[in-house]
Amino acid sequence: MATYSNYILVCTGTGCRASQSEQILQNLKATVEKHGMQGDVQVLRTGCFGFCEKGPVVRMIPDNTFYTQVTPEDTQEIVEEHLIKGRQVKRLLYLNPETNEHILDSKHMNFYKRQYRIALRNCGFINPENIDEYIARNGYIALGKAVTQMTPDEVIKVIMESGLRGRGGGGFPTGLKWQITRKVQADRKYVVCNADEGDPGAFMDRSILEGDPHSIIEAMAINGYCTSANHGLVYIRAEYPLAVERLKTAIQQAKEYGLLGDNLFGTDFSFDIGIRYGAGAFVCGEETALMHSMEGLRGEATVKPPFPSESGYKGYPTNVNNVETYANIPIILLKGAEWFASIGTEKSKGTKVFALAGKVNNVGLIEVPMGTTLREVIFGIGGGIKDGKKFKAVQTGGPSGGCLTEKHLDLPIDYDNLLAAGSMMGSGGMIVMDEDDCMVAMAKFYLDFMVEESCGKCSPCRIGNKRLHEMLQKITSGKGKREDLDSLRNLAMVIKDTALCGLGQTSPNSVLSTIDNFYEEYLAHVQEQRCPAHQCCELTQYFINLEKCKGCTLCARVCPVNAISGDRKIPHAIDQQACIHCGACIEKCKFKAILVR
Amino acid sequence: METVKLTIDKREVEVPKGTTILDAAKSISIDIPTLCYMKLEDLNYENNPGACRVCMVEIEGRRNLAPSCKQECLDGMVVHTRTPRVINARRTVVELIISNHPAECLICSKNGYCELQKVAYDLGIREIRYQGEQSRFELDRSASMDRNMNKCIMCRRCETMCHKIQTVGALTAVQRGFDAVVSTAFEKDIAGSTCSYCGQCVSLCPVNALSGRNSQQQVLDVLADPDKVVIIQTAPAVRTALGEDFGFEPGILVTGKMVTALHQLGFDYVFDTDFAADLTIMEEGTELLQRVAKYQAGDPDVKLPLMTSCCPGWVSFVEQHFPGQIENLSTAKSPQQMFGAIAKTYFAEKLGIDRNKLVVVSVMPCLAKKYEASRPEFAVDGNPDVDISIYTRELARLIRYANINFSELPDGDFDHPLGKSTGAGVIFGTTGGVIEAATRTAYELYTKKNLEKVDFEELRGLAGVRSATIDFDGLPVKIGIAHGLGNARKLIEEVKNGTSPYHAIEVMACPGGCIGGGGQPFHCGSMDVLHRRASALYREDAGKKLRKSHENPYIQQLYKEYLGEPCSPRAHELLHTHYFDRKEQLGLTVLTDK
Repeated sequence: MATYSNYILVCTGTGCRASQSEQILQNLKATVEKHGMQGDVQVLRTGCFGFCEKGPVVRMIPDNTFYTQVTPEDTQEIVEEHLIKGRQVKRLLYLNPETNEHILDSKHMNFYKRQYRIALRNCGFINPENIDEYIARNGYIALGKAVTQMTPDEVIKVIMESGLRGRGGGGFPTGLKWQITRKVQADRKYVVCNADEGDPGAFMDRSILEGDPHSIIEAMAINGYCTSANHGLVYIRAEYPLAVERLKTAIQQAKEYGLLGDNLFGTDFSFDIGIRYGAGAFVCGEETALMHSMEGLRGEATVKPPFPSESGYKGYPTNVNNVETYANIPIILLKGAEWFASIGTEKSKGTKVFALAGKVNNVGLIEVPMGTTLREVIFGIGGGIKDGKKFKAVQTGGPSGGCLTEKHLDLPIDYDNLLAAGSMMGSGGMIVMDEDDCMVAMAKFYLDFMVEESCGKCSPCRIGNKRLHEMLQKITSGKGKREDLDSLRNLAMVIKDTALCGLGQTSPNSVLSTIDNFYEEYLAHVQEQRCPAHQCCELTQYFINLEKCKGCTLCARVCPVNAISGDRKIPHAIDQQACIHCGACIEKCKFKAILVR
Repeated sequence: METVKLTIDKREVEVPKGTTILDAAKSISIDIPTLCYMKLEDLNYENNPGACRVCMVEIEGRRNLAPSCKQECLDGMVVHTRTPRVINARRTVVELIISNHPAECLICSKNGYCELQKVAYDLGIREIRYQGEQSRFELDRSASMDRNMNKCIMCRRCETMCHKIQTVGALTAVQRGFDAVVSTAFEKDIAGSTCSYCGQCVSLCPVNALSGRNSQQQVLDVLADPDKVVIIQTAPAVRTALGEDFGFEPGILVTGKMVTALHQLGFDYVFDTDFAADLTIMEEGTELLQRVAKYQAGDPDVKLPLMTSCCPGWVSFVEQHFPGQIENLSTAKSPQQMFGAIAKTYFAEKLGIDRNKLVVVSVMPCLAKKYEASRPEFAVDGNPDVDISIYTRELARLIRYANINFSELPDGDFDHPLGKSTGAGVIFGTTGGVIEAATRTAYELYTKKNLEKVDFEELRGLAGVRSATIDFDGLPVKIGIAHGLGNARKLIEEVKNGTSPYHAIEVMACPGGCIGGGGQPFHCGSMDVLHRRASALYREDAGKKLRKSHENPYIQQLYKEYLGEPCSPRAHELLHTHYFDRKEQLGLTVLTDK
């Protein structure tokens, strides 16, 4: 077996691939070969590093040099400078925005040094298309140990004692779910991996499947062993082509190695995995809807009970777990329940992956121990708010989550704290907002998504969300009245109280949490017809500051409706009747002469 | 039996394990309102999607309200059905439903029968706080029914009926969110779908999203036309149910009042489809005997079992789903069409008028009969044998329209020659009746002996699939009966697989047979109502002097004067028909042959 002294890891997750990382990979390989170093340097394709803000990312091993925003043209310099001459390519190093200093390696980057990667342990580290690399990182040892040395009950006991809870949103204890499925008598059972990641902005499941697909296969097999299921199904959205490809490759390799199929590890336990494609409906992440979609039926939720553990896919007991949940399983079996339970808070153990997005400096995928505060995540790992603006709110849990504010920043993140604060863990979306974001418009934006994604089965979700959206539309266009706020709140409460499935029950969270936390902002909209964040375009007016305006005419030329007039070198004016508040003039004005009120 | 104890509105109640809160509450006289939920125990029908969210209740210790129709009672549960939180949620949900429902109650044909209207009334809803965009769907008109999906509340009862009970599968939910609606595959019109027009969806629709095609104005127009002779035929099941729309108990026969009302409405002759039912027996019974005789003679091409063809919903179902079995269908036309064919020939000749001057109206318990009357093979040079078919509820509306005080009407008599019938024709209206009537006649024709006991109890009842063997003097004739298309599917699957043990199969598409037809007064699936309607028909049969079709003197006269023998060439020309492979026509081959 060949050994190398240097490795170049190239992120080929979906994000970096979109910025030509495949080309970077090929160029690096060619350059290495050109210099005859292929025996010494291995160029590796990996999954997502998480630091998508600065992709494409290339990491050098062993010194952990972390190159960001690499282009295919940079590859020659990386090989010749870094590998041959032993000099880091400084311009490609990560620049700490606070200190304006280049950071030499990933271990010293704030983004990474506060993270604790369990579910993402292999992402960005191994080649996901090579089973040997997974095995080299103790892959499939947990499965072997489980089926040859442990009884299903013993495995379930470990998972229960670890305190692992479902990472898909609900936070149901994983071990308990396995135990319930185990206890149901049936001649056929299924385990299903829910990879229908529907939260816009969340991509941890995709990254895990793209970066470490074997961990999911191994965990599903362990799950199958524990629940006496011989069939596994991965329900994955068809919009994840790379994840699908890598998963297929991994399943094929596992079959070739005898790690899937009949008589695993010489035991009488057999397990196979099939793939079912989703068409991207948000509601199909809800497990009953997911089940119907897999059966080829309309993707809509049914009332629980019966739970899938009792009657799921085609009426057979079915254990559904989310991708991230599965990613935790093998390592828990290897390192033990105590190790896992030592991480996190009293009721939420282990770590959680978050997709950090919005107005934060370091956008990307992060994994932190449960109990980490929002402040640490946003200001520590996330590097604070972009452009020095003021933090306003953070939306956790994706579109069904709620908005948390300044006063929640020191809240340790776990399932129960988020719920108590009026939001939720969800699948781990985290969208940061600054002072320029209008919270009413934000609520409307998420409602818009919910209206689109409701399956239409139950009345409160089908019609109620539509009405909520219409009321917010009214308020953001300045036609709302004070009484509307009470009606809005009542309707949101009723939808939460009466909707059939998790989608409907959480859909008004954005409205309720913003009414609770930003009531003044709502009042400004309905009483003064004013949008304090100047975002609701029907409530804003654009003016030209006559002192600053130089009469350069740029704004007049860019205005799509010819609302700006004025002679050269003379301050211009905006026709309020004609202005459509598109903001094009602001973008063009070099003198910051255009004001929004 | 294992029971659980719980508290509902501060009252203790003990119910069998597995009981829902809705049923437990009902057992102590607490009627929680529902919109989507519907359970028809005898039909094995349960629509329980938990979708309308009107029946919500509060359970102590639970974060959210629970749907009482789905939530099973558990030991020690404390349930509240009328707290301010529950009532507010219920009202808000109903307001939401109404906010996407056209406010046209006054001109809606469901006015007074609408379940949404009732729930809104009971909740005292006086304003709709949440208003906004309303659904805009095109009205879909077909020969038998109209779909106004702007009124749909997504209860899914129609879908469950169509899919689970009738196994027709024409209706399903499509689209998502606010656009979600029950529609057909690829959102085609009903006419382009696999719908068999049984109309059972219409009878369960809580609002007026699905309704029967309205032909009342056409009837009024022809009645007012001085150049037309307008006659009407009345199907047997109509007389057992029409009274219900005027406050009579189910199962009260209002034959005499109905005849008087029709005379008062202005029909020139009031005839009886029962007469044509007797005629059907003559043809179908003879056809059965001919096929059995051929079979006994070793003819390999003879198609047995013979399947009845009186029910147009069933005929459509066979044509669409089992085109390979259309030759098992009796070629005899249905009574409605036999009546039309005879009226426009024999009777028109008797009157000495051209068939174009004669207008045949039928009143049926059925929506599919409208479609049947419109089938092109039932017309001569574009003039249909049956011009207009209306259903029972439409007749009730016509009677109201004409200011007729129905309940105080004196009894009238049918006109002749097409108004006289035997008891055999009467029982056509209920499941098992056609085959019992056929047996009475076929037995005597085959054995040449007098049948002493004409009541075949073994063929009666409301079990979904029944079978009996009747001894035809040494020849055991095996009979299968099904009502409801899902049950019928079981029998025809056997025919398709070559495992059917029967000589003859009777099928009626609607649960209960014609008495439970889609055009009858809304019985809301009550089997009690169906039982009472059926027993009324058997009572009338028992009270008749003549109970075998071939003994009907007017039938005998018709054959003597006009048709010759049953199944004669003349009879074939007028009284028999042919069927089509509609699976191919609808392009369904690929979809359903998998």
